[in-house]
Amino acid sequence: MQEKLQALQTEALEHVEQAKTLADLQNVRVSYLGKKGPITEVLRGMGKLSPEERPVIGELANKVREAITEALDTKKQNLEEAALNEQLKSETIDVTLPGRPVQVGGSHLLTDIVTEIEDLFIGMGFEIKEGPEVETDYYNFEALNLPKDHPARDMQDSFYITEELLLRTHTSPVQARTMGEYKGNKPVKMICPGKVYRRDTDDATHSHQFTQVEGLYVDKDVRMSDLKGVLNQFAKQFFGEEREIRLRPSFFPFTEPSVEMDISCKVCHGEGCSVCKKTGWIEILGGGMVHPDVLEMAGYDPEVYSGFAFGMGPERIAMLKYGVDDIRHFYTNDVRFLKQYHQA
Amino acid sequence: MLVSLNWLKQYVDLGGHTPEALADKITKTGIEVEDITYIAEKSNHVVVGYVETCEQHPNADKLNLCQVNIGDETLQIICGAANIAAGQKVAVAKPGAVLPGNFKIKKAKLRGIESNGMICSLQELGIAEQYVPKDFAEGIFVFPDDTEVGRDVTEYLNLDDVILELGLTPNRSDALSMLGVAYEVAAILNEQVTLPDETLQTIEDKASDHVSIKVEATDDNPYYGAFLIKDIKVGPSPLWMRNYLIAAGIRPINNVVDITNYVLLEYGQPLHAFDFDQFGSNQVVVRRAKDQEEIKTLDDQTRELTTEHLVITNGSEPTALAGVMGGADSEVTEQTTTVLLEAAYFDGKRVRITAKDHQLRSESSIRFEKGVDPNRVKRAGMRAAQLLAKYAGGQVLSGVAAYDQLDCTEKQVVITTDRINARLGTEISNDEIAIILKKLAFDYEQTGDAFTVTIPTRRQDITIFEDMLEEIARIYGYDNLAYTLPQGSQQAGRLTNQQRLKRSIKQYFESAGLNEAITYSLTTTERSQMLVSPEVAQVAVSPVRLSMPMSEEHSTLRLSLLPEMLAAIAYNNARKQDDIGYYEVGSIFASQEEQITVQPKEKWRVSGAVTGKWLHHPWQQEAKQVDFYVVKGIVEGLFERLAIRPTFRQVELTDMHPGRTAQIFIDDASVGFIGQIHPRVQKAFDIKETYVFDLDLDHIFAIHDQEPNFEKIPRYPSISRDIALVVDERISAGEVEATIVSAAGDLLKQVNVFDVYQGEHLEEGLKSLAFNLLYFDPDRTLTDDEVEASYQAILAAVKEKHNAQLRG
Repeated sequence: MQEKLQALQTEALEHVEQAKTLADLQNVRVSYLGKKGPITEVLRGMGKLSPEERPVIGELANKVREAITEALDTKKQNLEEAALNEQLKSETIDVTLPGRPVQVGGSHLLTDIVTEIEDLFIGMGFEIKEGPEVETDYYNFEALNLPKDHPARDMQDSFYITEELLLRTHTSPVQARTMGEYKGNKPVKMICPGKVYRRDTDDATHSHQFTQVEGLYVDKDVRMSDLKGVLNQFAKQFFGEEREIRLRPSFFPFTEPSVEMDISCKVCHGEGCSVCKKTGWIEILGGGMVHPDVLEMAGYDPEVYSGFAFGMGPERIAMLKYGVDDIRHFYTNDVRFLKQYHQA
Repeated sequence: MLVSLNWLKQYVDLGGHTPEALADKITKTGIEVEDITYIAEKSNHVVVGYVETCEQHPNADKLNLCQVNIGDETLQIICGAANIAAGQKVAVAKPGAVLPGNFKIKKAKLRGIESNGMICSLQELGIAEQYVPKDFAEGIFVFPDDTEVGRDVTEYLNLDDVILELGLTPNRSDALSMLGVAYEVAAILNEQVTLPDETLQTIEDKASDHVSIKVEATDDNPYYGAFLIKDIKVGPSPLWMRNYLIAAGIRPINNVVDITNYVLLEYGQPLHAFDFDQFGSNQVVVRRAKDQEEIKTLDDQTRELTTEHLVITNGSEPTALAGVMGGADSEVTEQTTTVLLEAAYFDGKRVRITAKDHQLRSESSIRFEKGVDPNRVKRAGMRAAQLLAKYAGGQVLSGVAAYDQLDCTEKQVVITTDRINARLGTEISNDEIAIILKKLAFDYEQTGDAFTVTIPTRRQDITIFEDMLEEIARIYGYDNLAYTLPQGSQQAGRLTNQQRLKRSIKQYFESAGLNEAITYSLTTTERSQMLVSPEVAQVAVSPVRLSMPMSEEHSTLRLSLLPEMLAAIAYNNARKQDDIGYYEVGSIFASQEEQITVQPKEKWRVSGAVTGKWLHHPWQQEAKQVDFYVVKGIVEGLFERLAIRPTFRQVELTDMHPGRTAQIFIDDASVGFIGQIHPRVQKAFDIKETYVFDLDLDHIFAIHDQEPNFEKIPRYPSISRDIALVVDERISAGEVEATIVSAAGDLLKQVNVFDVYQGEHLEEGLKSLAFNLLYFDPDRTLTDDEVEASYQAILAAVKEKHNAQLRG
């Protein structure tokens, strides 16, 4: 009996091994472990055995059955895996072909620059203000210490609509508007990005419409060193930690003292090269301490309050940062230009 | 302002600074040096030679054979210049000399005869053509007779000079003079300014016995002084003066004109020399011109005047446009012997108007416009008179015939060290302040930490504490200020809701496949009236036009972002870029007045234009052209994201395709439109089929400002039913959907069209619309009966309203 079972196991395992398909394997399973199979037959005939033999044979028969079942399962798994592999192989595609396109758009380079500037100043506690593009002569000039016959009005020829209304020539009127809104008794800490307009013929470096970002901070005891500190922080974050800034005296009717800010040239690091016209520095923005007349006109007592203001041109910054060679690129909306600067 | 360093050295010691180092200091202290120019590349071996003989070259008509004594030897030189002659002193480049442009001088044979050098013109020595005096423009330069033979010409011709070009801000008109620049540089280098000699030898005869001054326009002309100089011999001015004028960018003319120009540059005070014999009277009358009065100016132009212009007259005729240009009749010529020298103070505004009206901006008018130093007016006249005596052989009559109501008082500004430090964030001491004031050459009285500073009249820009603050700061050095951060009240910076929403809307359109465009706000008047959304057209009464546009192209403010966007598409189409999807967020300008008196309403819009292929997938043979539903999908996506439910209604708009345009409403308020542009417009812009949308962003901002309410997430199963209806083909899906929604009751939460069919199995003129209906109640499970009741109500309603039949 024992020999018979052993032989049966050997024979069954051989058959399992030889099975080539899942169907073959099923036949093997039925023929050895099925109700009419030899194992079942052995177990059925247990009654005829002596009580001593019974447990021995019984245990053996179970072991044989287990061994066969295990072999069958393993084989089944192998066959299934092979079949799956076969199927997957037949499903192979050319993964180098282009995928189904998703239409991707992006923001304008100027928006990217302005957003970055906004975020940096928000991080320093500034809020963002906006103002009208059609301004009154009062806010565009007079409130900024530029009375009607002031020679400095020559500096920026303007687009007038009536004698009293014009397209704003800078975002500075928002200074006066915001101070007016805060009624002379509350600190002002804001930047204002926006479109401005000047009577210039469009060419590679001039545009009758362009963008400006204005900044204003008015509070008690604001110092000129604060202006230097804030602009330095901005410049290092925006242009890179390794860049240096330098302030030079300048003139704007609405600030006194006035400054022009240069950053060290990215190409030569201050040595002097063709990019920075051999000076080592590149002019980035203008600013200064808010003129007492401007504070006073807006209702802030210049004896108590002081402040600083600054303004910069995102087009110029973009041209410097990305090497854009013609300001008109920002307004022709050539899709090849727009798509160059898509950011994450 | 062009500043010759050789000239500047006459007033201030430059202490061995290189031009570059000096320029850097000047720039950092307040006046930007825009350019540094070396007058000529270094020449050497060029000396003064005396032409002993000059004969015609035996073998060439146009060449001269010269023997030129250069001190230690005599050279034989062949020269082709027409103006060469024996007895002249000339510039000789010896063999071995290298002239500008790397032009090497060697011994050579010209037509068989040896030539040992070259006699040079000023141009050959590196002086720009436009500054070469007319006499020498066509030939070699001839030195004055007293020039020393054999000496290097570099110094004689000022060839080693370096010019700094100053970019002056409008407040620094004090630096429009060599003396002003000298004060600036002296302050920077801590040096003293040496003033020019103004002593004047006069004869007994008095100027006021020969000429009287009458000023009628006293506001325009608070000071008019006239010096008289007789026995003038007009001729060339001294070489050094010509050199300095050339360095300053002014062409030498003759001694009288050159002297007035020289003093203008030196003092910043414009002067004018009249030929007194041609002046036409012995009285100077300064008055406003009469309307239509005429004057012929030095440039031979006859100019018509108005009462806005100030003129110098001889009592009857204008003889000069005050502060701008002299008259031709009294111009100094070679025959002039008596000069009336005008030193006057003209009001800047008057000069600006006169110069602007006649388009005559001159060295003179620029200085008057910005304001000259009242204390230098008369001194400049004395200096010029002295030079006329010295270099034009003149005799100066004593005194000055003058009208004088000029305010020459010096203003005072009080500063305290405390306040200076508080404003600058510095710790400057009293002593340092005192040192800075001395550097600036400002007088002061000190009491403790308070300084009463007397502002010299040359610095008209300094009137208040803050002006002095800037003076202190710039001499102290902006570089020496610390980097500090504001200590005041702190606030958290953040975007407003509206700013956040605007950013989010922009991001949405970008993720939906559109590129952000930025177009011009100024367009043509015609375009400003195109593609205007109905709700805008309702409030915008008339176009907002510039009073003086530079071109029609940019003459009028836009009422829609779309026309310029279509122009941008045309620009791209012309460059073979056919597939374009734009959006733009920007303002439009709607005026509610016929005649504009107040600012137009500025309204935020978001608009888009899409053309060409959309989702182009070539190897799968998929290339879908943009159509109405692509663009509508993009717009609906925005509303979905903002949780706004707009309705779209068919509409006819002038510039839009009449069958493919919808007006968009939110709760019955028009908020824009969407559709295909009219083929006529398409043709006018020379573009291909294009779909656009235009939305009122202000309206969206307003809705979105309301706080959203929480909606419960359904916990109970929903029930979905489909309904297919056959209706007349002219009935829109939107109308049917609206009927369904209003008939269905609260349990119906969503309706979606999933099929539109026309054709086989349907009668002509009919179409089938299939909707999926989704029912749920967040609080309980629905029963079939409830849904069935709603379904039947829908059927009844669509039958009644649209004669719709359930499709069998």
